[in-house]
Amino acid sequence: MTTGAITIVDYGCGNPASIRNMLKKLGIKATITSEAEDILTSERIVFPGVGAFDHGAESIREKGISEALEQRVIRDGVPILGICVGMQLLGRRSDEGKLPGLGWIDGDVLAFDRSRLGPTDRVPHMGWAMLDVKQPQTALHGFHEEPRFYFVHSFHMTCDDPADVAATAHHGYDFCAAVASRNILGVQFHPEKSHRFGMTLLRNFAEGKTGAE
Amino acid sequence: MKRVRVIPTLLIERGRLVKTVRFGKRTYVGDPVNTVRIFSDKEVDELMLLDISVAKAGSEPDFDLLREIASECFIPFGYGGGIRTLEQARRAFDSGVEKVVLNTALHRSPTLAGKIARMYGNQAVVASIDVKKGLFGGPKVMTECGSRRVPGEVTEIARNAVDAGAGEILLTAIDRDGTFEGYDMDLIRRVTSAVDVPVIASGGARGVPDFLAAIKEGGASAVAAGAQFVFKGPHRAVLVNYPSQAVLREGLFDHLGPEDIVA
Repeated sequence: MTTGAITIVDYGCGNPASIRNMLKKLGIKATITSEAEDILTSERIVFPGVGAFDHGAESIREKGISEALEQRVIRDGVPILGICVGMQLLGRRSDEGKLPGLGWIDGDVLAFDRSRLGPTDRVPHMGWAMLDVKQPQTALHGFHEEPRFYFVHSFHMTCDDPADVAATAHHGYDFCAAVASRNILGVQFHPEKSHRFGMTLLRNFAEGKTGAE
Repeated sequence: MKRVRVIPTLLIERGRLVKTVRFGKRTYVGDPVNTVRIFSDKEVDELMLLDISVAKAGSEPDFDLLREIASECFIPFGYGGGIRTLEQARRAFDSGVEKVVLNTALHRSPTLAGKIARMYGNQAVVASIDVKKGLFGGPKVMTECGSRRVPGEVTEIARNAVDAGAGEILLTAIDRDGTFEGYDMDLIRRVTSAVDVPVIASGGARGVPDFLAAIKEGGASAVAAGAQFVFKGPHRAVLVNYPSQAVLREGLFDHLGPEDIVA
């Protein structure tokens, strides 16, 4: 197994430094970049994001990195980990905005269905939730106890093919908390704020197969 | 079983961590960055960091310190102290803070909570309400680290804070702070029955049974403690500690069911 350097894409949405902090703690080399040429030579990509879907979609285009991402992730098969809105942008579209996502995952981003929430389930969903892992062959394995992660979101993905759902969590109902397809992994929660569980996930991601293997 | 947040509250005074008794006498606890690192390693759910020196001095929050803390803090944390403007809140979020805690500003700038909530969501705005027992006329709400009385009844002030945009309430009983006398259950019940956002009980907790009582009997959605997590033994020796997940499960989580509204 190789532990490769990680390229954290900074497109002006979210706090890439917090992800780098955790990788630094793990002794994993990481660089933060918004340059297409850095993305084109990356071995593993972390794609973070907070805020509004359209703001993220627009920023990717404004920074001129969508081509580089497409090349590296889709054609070269480099592993990518989308986090929060970075995960949502992997889908086709979102209830939150009008702009299209990257469309790499056959799924859409929906608002929490308030009619299915209990009287005490709030939106945004903010806090820790247990994870029901469906695809342990992804980076979602090796946790020291039943995994729980920290979430902050009002929208969640839904996949056309249930086989793409890598994990679910419960907030009023079971929602898609992680997606996985080919070299693409997306997580709705924040590994960088989920102490030991997040560290396990990021270490697994850093040690996983690269596109070249 | 249901998980509930058990939140250490850490007080910063001029760059050092201290613990107070009834908002008065201070004991030096340690270096903030180092202590936060220990709590983060102990797999704590969430931390509250409150700077009690900037509020009164009227100075800026120490954003450099917040950034340094964030670099060692792999759990969500809230920050309060000296946040008076949207710009200061923005800088706190940019420094890696998940939630900002407003206390004095709730009264001085009543629109601030709403402005922050519109940009960052109301889950990112915590209203901190400090309450002192009065001899007559019920509890008094105090600001500026307990030094200034504000008019109004605590439930009304709590409701106003929620209407203004706060997504949760950190409710501290000043008379219980650092005393190990248990939470002020009347106060907790009074506020939890008046608002529908999560109320975090704070002030006086001795241990896990107090946490359970605050939730079961008080209706709190989360619990906070300070002295309990930084002192050990009858002589209050400084020792950072936090109950293990097994202890929390057995003494707290396992006793919570669908009827308990936790968050």
